[in-house]
Amino acid sequence: MTAVRHHHSSVRRARRRLANTLMWVLATLSALAALVPLGFVLYYIAAQGLPALNLDFFTHVPRPVGEPGGGMANAIVGTIILIALASLVGLPIGLLGGIYLAEFGANRFAGIIRFAADVLSGVPSIVIGIFVYALVVVPMHRFSALAGGVALGIMMIPTVMRTSEELIRLVPASLREAALSLGATHPRTVFKVVLLAARAGVVTGVLLAIARIAGETAPLLFTAFGSNLWSARLDQPIASLPVQIFTYAIAPYDNWHAQAWAGALVLVAMILILSAAARYATRGRLRTVL
Amino acid sequence: MTAASTSRGSLRRRGIFGPNLADRAFRLGTFLFASAVLALICLLAYQLVHASRPALRQFGWSFISKSAWDPVHGSFGVLFAIYGTALTSLLALALAVPIGLGAAIFLAELAPRRLRELLSFLIELLAAVPSIVYGLWGVFVLVPVLRPVEVWLGAHLGFLPFFQGAPYGIGVLAASVILSIMVLPYITAVSREVIQAVPVTQREAAYSLGATRWETIRGPVLRAARSGIIGAIILALGRAVGETMAVTMVIGNRAEIPTSFFSPAYTLASLVANEFAEATGELHIAALIGAALVLLVLTIFINAIARLLIWRVTGGHRRVR
Amino acid sequence: MTRLTRWLGGLAVVLVLVIAGCVRQPASGRRQAPAQRVTLNGAGASFPYPLYSKWIAEYAKVAPDVSVNYQSIGSGGGIQQLKAGTVDFGASDAPLSDEEIKAMPGPLLHLPAAAGAVAVVYSLPQPAAVGRRQAPALRLSGAVVAAIFLGEIARWNDKRIADLNPGLALPDSAIAVAHRSDGSGTTYIFTHYLAAVSKPWSDRVGADKSVNWPVGIGAKGNEGVSGIVKQTPGAIGYVELAYAVQSALSAAHMENPAGEFVAPTTAGVTAAASGAATAMQKDVRVSILNSPGAGAYPIAGFSYILVYREQKEAARAKALTGFLNWAIHEGQVFAERLDYAPLPAAVVAINEQALKTITVQGRG
Repeated sequence: MTAVRHHHSSVRRARRRLANTLMWVLATLSALAALVPLGFVLYYIAAQGLPALNLDFFTHVPRPVGEPGGGMANAIVGTIILIALASLVGLPIGLLGGIYLAEFGANRFAGIIRFAADVLSGVPSIVIGIFVYALVVVPMHRFSALAGGVALGIMMIPTVMRTSEELIRLVPASLREAALSLGATHPRTVFKVVLLAARAGVVTGVLLAIARIAGETAPLLFTAFGSNLWSARLDQPIASLPVQIFTYAIAPYDNWHAQAWAGALVLVAMILILSAAARYATRGRLRTVL
Repeated sequence: MTAASTSRGSLRRRGIFGPNLADRAFRLGTFLFASAVLALICLLAYQLVHASRPALRQFGWSFISKSAWDPVHGSFGVLFAIYGTALTSLLALALAVPIGLGAAIFLAELAPRRLRELLSFLIELLAAVPSIVYGLWGVFVLVPVLRPVEVWLGAHLGFLPFFQGAPYGIGVLAASVILSIMVLPYITAVSREVIQAVPVTQREAAYSLGATRWETIRGPVLRAARSGIIGAIILALGRAVGETMAVTMVIGNRAEIPTSFFSPAYTLASLVANEFAEATGELHIAALIGAALVLLVLTIFINAIARLLIWRVTGGHRRVR
Repeated sequence: MTRLTRWLGGLAVVLVLVIAGCVRQPASGRRQAPAQRVTLNGAGASFPYPLYSKWIAEYAKVAPDVSVNYQSIGSGGGIQQLKAGTVDFGASDAPLSDEEIKAMPGPLLHLPAAAGAVAVVYSLPQPAAVGRRQAPALRLSGAVVAAIFLGEIARWNDKRIADLNPGLALPDSAIAVAHRSDGSGTTYIFTHYLAAVSKPWSDRVGADKSVNWPVGIGAKGNEGVSGIVKQTPGAIGYVELAYAVQSALSAAHMENPAGEFVAPTTAGVTAAASGAATAMQKDVRVSILNSPGAGAYPIAGFSYILVYREQKEAARAKALTGFLNWAIHEGQVFAERLDYAPLPAAVVAINEQALKTITVQGRG
């Protein structure tokens, strides 16, 4: 009896070990598979864009085709301004909304809000652009950086809201209870303790959202419009990297194509720097025990 | 979880909004911001319905049951685009979810810390590439690579209807591959974060019972991370369904229901993106907004089904999310 | 650093940017300078974008107090924005129909600003060049092109193509048709041409910025079509001339009403435009497709700038008319180098007359 049972259990143990190894292999392969397209895409962008990168690119506004020395300086500044504006719109709604869903989200109304956020994440960027056009551009009678910021901000909301909610909810009860038992109010608990514990994940969500909107063209065409001049005013059209990349990419000229790729390279590099800085600033994951 | 519900329950017992002004203001404040999302969606839906009324009034239900797109003769029906959207998004998820989850598990559980931080960073960089760049890369790099792949698939699996047809390279397969690359960072990053956030005690409990690594992950870890992972997948689905620029460059833009993975097709989002800037006729514009409205309804529909499935999977009567 | 401090820091950065944005303007002499600095906004077709951006840069040297910002959001987009009053001028490859003109809030002027050709490009696998460096160009007629795009001619060695090209060895391979998926003025011109030369096309498909294509793959933008044609052996498509030239694609010689087979060149377009000048006196929107006259390229079209006849502000109107007058005169020298056809003198005269009719609340 014991011998048979021992045999069964050792077979089962071997099978479990095999399953374990298989999972190891599959997981590693998946990680590699995820990195391969990244490698291809980044290599292609760098190969196409590096030759066109020079000092003029960062200091000059676009020049007509055939003239040397043109750049995308106004687009770089424009993208930074648009991201800042979008964050002003998207971060409060996304973060505070996510907090609401995580802290008070047991009722049906919260379920509807969650559903609405999911639906919003599926709205095509051009439709959001048209929506904000009707909402902001038409009453103002002009295109503006403000409208562009609003459109991009709306697009940020679902990602930030969803990720914040999930990560905040995963902060263990023991942490909250510790704070509450020390007499902290609910908001203080959330902002000072819970959010701090969840900050790495929340930052990931925010960075993902910013990365996405930084590269969107369609919503900007009808809101921020675009510009080949220096402009940092919020109530006027403003240049942005994705729009400039788009304009150059659809033109017939090779040196404009090269500039478009250079713009793409700069955009990816900007997000890379932002990500690295944000991660560094919020480093330290709270390794929770309970 | 009981401890948490106790603290929340005790909060509730002390009054609807909590014992003091700070708590009440906090709840109200966050509630207002959260409802902004609902207000936005309602406003958007209203706008879309209003602007597409001429087309809906003229075509009625045939707008979604017919497959036609003829701006010259004023005949519009988006069935082909509904097919295209559904097919490419589902195929993209089918490709991205296994790889994304696998990569997330690798990063969260198996990779040494330095490697994990570097690789997570790199994978998230995929989200930073502008969608138009994906489109261009798709046209210049992916499509020429896919053409021989499609030839191979057609030769070996051509008995299946999915793998028949001329291997142009451009079509449903190219669009789905690009979409899967674009949504991969969402699935990987969010799943990784969620898996990493599962407390150590859960894992240690499993190990102490003699579980292997895989069994620990499959059991307590994934179960705790499940709702977060599903959230990530829904986010990814949303992105796939609404992507315009990249898809429009590699999908072939053919206003017909695709019969195989190699066929050119059309998605609702790329239909709007392609024609909106140039459309001038009132009926044409209304039809395009109608397509956007259909996409909104489709997204609601897909999300509702996803919720139903989640509800079933997470045990029905318990709190869903 | 506490969270609050970080939040405030971020807010401060944003405020600084905002203030910097507003403060920069006086430094560039915009508000306080005695000569009023005007920024004009224009939107519309992407076809003339390279030319317009050249004009804008050159005009800034001539009139430094006028800045012009033109963005290519599409002809339809340009018309919509002009209608909404968010831009000063629109640009469209397709003229507005009478109904569309009626829908605009004020009387509109169509100013042909540049002319271009739509080239029929193809990629035939090069036969082993025997004693010949480059195969002669393909000759096609309008009816044959229409039949190809209808799907009636499906192989390159079809009799109808071979008849037009006796000196060419055509392969027995399928024709891969590429067309535009997005609405565009290029499609407008091309489909109008096909409708004019082929009754089956006109009956089945018609002509517009977007049509229901019977066969073929849709690509986004001119560059999308040229990309497909370049990469797919045996493909045929239609693109603006500049794209054919810049991508070094082979372009077919099209048969014009005079029976000649003409290559798409700027000279051919100018010839087509000159042929239509008299008809344009009555309605400037007349098409220059299939233009009579020697050496005229049959698939040619204007790109129009649209402005309201009645302007609201004197300073803006002055800047606008100044820019447009310069563009139709001095600006034309830049056209050729960028693969656009300069306007023939007759058309320039028509434009001059039109610009003179612009009024600012009554005054001319």
